[in-house]
Amino acid sequence: MLKAIQARLFQKYRTNKFPDAPPNLPDHFQGWPEFDNPPENVELRQAAAAICPVSAIDAAANTIDVGKCIFCGKCSRVDQSIRFGSEYRMGAMSRENLIARGGERKLDEQLDAGIRALCGKSLHIRQISAGGCAACELDFNVLATLAWDMGRFGIKVTASPRHADALLITGPVTENMRMALQKSYDAMGDPKLVIACGACAISGGIYQTSEKAHNGAGDLLKADLYVPGCPPHPATLLEALVRFIGRRQKDNRA
Amino acid sequence: MEFLRLKNGGSAALKDIPQLNFDHFREVLKELVLEKNHRVSAFFVEENILYAVLIDSRERCFEVCSTVVGSSYPALTPHIAALHWFEREIYEQSGIEPVGHPWLKPIRFEKSALPGVTDYFTMQGGAAHEVAVGPVHAGVIEPGHFRFQCMGEDVYFLEIELGYQHRGVEKMLVNSPDTLRTHLVETAAGDSSTAYAWAYDLTMNALSSAPRAELTERAQILRSLALELERIANHVGDIGALAGDVAFLTSSAYCGRIRGDFLNMTALLCGNRFGRNYITADGVAYDLPNNKLPFLRDWFERSVADFKNAWQLMADDPGVLDRLENTGVVPRELAQVIGAVGVAGRASNLDMDVRRDLGNFGVYDRLVWHVPVKKSCDALARAKVRRGELRESIRMVRALFTLLESCGVNSVKSTEWNGRLKPETLAVSAIEGWRGEVVCAGISRKDGTLQRMKLIDPSFHNWFALALALRGEQISNFPICNKSFNLSYCGHDL
Repeated sequence: MLKAIQARLFQKYRTNKFPDAPPNLPDHFQGWPEFDNPPENVELRQAAAAICPVSAIDAAANTIDVGKCIFCGKCSRVDQSIRFGSEYRMGAMSRENLIARGGERKLDEQLDAGIRALCGKSLHIRQISAGGCAACELDFNVLATLAWDMGRFGIKVTASPRHADALLITGPVTENMRMALQKSYDAMGDPKLVIACGACAISGGIYQTSEKAHNGAGDLLKADLYVPGCPPHPATLLEALVRFIGRRQKDNRA
Repeated sequence: MEFLRLKNGGSAALKDIPQLNFDHFREVLKELVLEKNHRVSAFFVEENILYAVLIDSRERCFEVCSTVVGSSYPALTPHIAALHWFEREIYEQSGIEPVGHPWLKPIRFEKSALPGVTDYFTMQGGAAHEVAVGPVHAGVIEPGHFRFQCMGEDVYFLEIELGYQHRGVEKMLVNSPDTLRTHLVETAAGDSSTAYAWAYDLTMNALSSAPRAELTERAQILRSLALELERIANHVGDIGALAGDVAFLTSSAYCGRIRGDFLNMTALLCGNRFGRNYITADGVAYDLPNNKLPFLRDWFERSVADFKNAWQLMADDPGVLDRLENTGVVPRELAQVIGAVGVAGRASNLDMDVRRDLGNFGVYDRLVWHVPVKKSCDALARAKVRRGELRESIRMVRALFTLLESCGVNSVKSTEWNGRLKPETLAVSAIEGWRGEVVCAGISRKDGTLQRMKLIDPSFHNWFALALALRGEQISNFPICNKSFNLSYCGHDL
C-alpha cells in the first residue's frame, strides 16, 4: 500500500488539459489540408492528384477528400502549395463536410438536440473492428488511459452493443466482418449512432481497391460522425466525440 | 547444392535457386529443421513451385530451396509440425492440396461464404461443454473466433479461427500502384509499421533494377531508433495490459499513459504516432536535427523512470506474480516443434532474434546488447522477456542518441520504390519487430514487375502457441494468456 502511494506521488497527476488547452502536437503533424483554390500551378496540382495513393485529390474540382486522405504528405512534396497544417479538429457529421476546398473551414454542428437528450450526459460506445490495421483501435484505447481520460466527458466503452449509444467502427469492413458488424448494429437500442473512425471506415482508405473489403462503414450503415486520419490522432478523435455530444469539460464540473 | 544461402535483404535469380525432387526436398528440410534447428520463416507456392525459406542463425543467413508440386503433394506437416499453418495457407491460397495434412481447413476463410463456419474439434461426455467467443469481443480489440472445449472448469483444447480482418493485402501489393504499396505494408499490422516498412524496403532494394548505393549512417541510426521506440512503446503497453488483466490497476494505468509518451516520441520523428511514412527508399522522410536531441533525451529518460517505477510496483507484488507464474505454459520442446518465434519463443527458452541472427540492417552490430531468454515458459516469462527487451532497447536508444550526435547530416529526398525490378528474382528479408521477426519475400516476373509479395507476421507462427498455452488452464485465465502473447489479428489475416 505504501509503495502504491509512493508511486502515485512519483507519477503525479498527468491527465492533459484538453480541451481547456490545445493538445501538444508534433512538429510534423499533418492536420486539415490547406491549399490555394484555384491552384496557381495547375500542372503541379494534377501531379499531386496523380501521386495520391488513395485518390483523395480531385484536381478538376480543386478539392481534397479528407475522408480518404491518409495524411502521407506525398502531394505536398509535389505541389508545395498544399500544406497539412496543425488543425487537428477534423471530425465532421456529414461526408460533404470532409471535402476540403482550400480555404477556412467551419466546424460542424453538434448532434441533434433530441438525440443528445436521449443520451443524457454520457455517450456509451461499443467499438467494432472491421478489417483495420489495429492502429485506430489502439489510439481509441488511448482515450481511456489517464493521459486523455475520456470518462471526464461521460464517454465510456461498453462490452455489449446492447448497452451502447454508438458503434465506433474502424476498418474498411471486410467481407468476413460484414455479418458480425450488421448483427452488432441490430443488437443496439436506439438511438443507434454510428461513428466511422479513420480513413478506412470512412471511405475504405488504403483498402478502397480491395476485393475482400467494402469501402467503409457507409456501405452498410449510415454514419453520424466521421473522424478522419490514418489513424486519427487521439486529440482529433476526442475533440470530435466531445463536440458531437455537445460537451465541454466545464459542463462536467458544473 | 541442396539450398542457396542468402543474406538478409539478399536476392537470387530464380534459376539459381536449387530445385530438388520432392523426396530430396523433404529430407533436406527434415535435416535442417529437425536436426539443426533452423527455423522456417517462409513456405509458399508460386506457379507450382514450392519455396522453403529457413533461417540459419549460425551462418547468419537464409537458406532457400524449392521443389515442383502439381495439384497435390504429400503433406510435410506430419514430419515437420512447424509447417502446419503454412500448408493450410497454401491449400487455401492456391488450392494445391497437401495430402495427409492432419487438420486441413482454411486459416483466413478467403473463399468461404461464412467465416468461422468449419469443423472443430469436439469432446463428448457428461461434463464436456463448448464455449464459443467472438468474432466481436468485449474489449476494444480486433475480431477472432475462439472455441474452448472444456470438461468442467478445465480447458482441454482451444481452437482459434481467424480471417475476419482479411482484406487481401498480398494480392493488393501485386496489383496496386507503387505509391500505395508502402501504405499497404505499413498497415499489414498497424502496430508494427516500422518493422514492416523496413522489411519491405530491404526486399524491394534487393529486387530493384536500380538498388540504392548504401543508406547513410544517419538513416540507419534513425531507422534503428524508430524500430526500438516501436518496441518500447508496445512492450510498455503490453506490460500495462497484463497488469490490467490481473487486476493490478495502478501499473496498468501508468503504463497505458507511458506507452503514449513513447508513441509521441515516434511522432516527434515523423509526425505519426505509429511511425507511418517514415521509412523511404533513400532512408527516412525526416531528419532529426541534433538541436532536438537534448529535449528528446530528457523526455526519454523521464518516461523510462516512470516505467521503471510502474514495473517495480507490480514486480514486487506477490499477487501479480502468483497470477502470472505457471499460467499458460508452453514448454520449450513444444514451442520449438510448432516453430514459435519472437517474444513467445524467447519466453519458452528459444534463443532467437534476427537483429542478431541475421543482422544486415540498422546499426545493431555496433551496439552492445544481448537477447533476453527465459526458462519458465509461462506468462511471467513472457512479461519478463518484455522487461528484459525494454532494458536492452533503452540502452540501445541511449547509444543511438550518442551516435546521432557525432554522425553527419542526412539529406532527405523521400523517394519510394518503383516496380522496375530485376527479372525473375527472389528476395527475402526479416526485421525483428516487437512481436518477433517480420519476414517479407518478393518474387519478380520476367518483365520486371512484381509477381508475389509474401508477408509473414510473427503471429502467423505463434497463434497456435496461444492455443496450446490454454491446455489445462481455466477459461478465466484466457485474457492473461492472450495478453501475454498479444498477437496480431490483422498481421495474420492480411
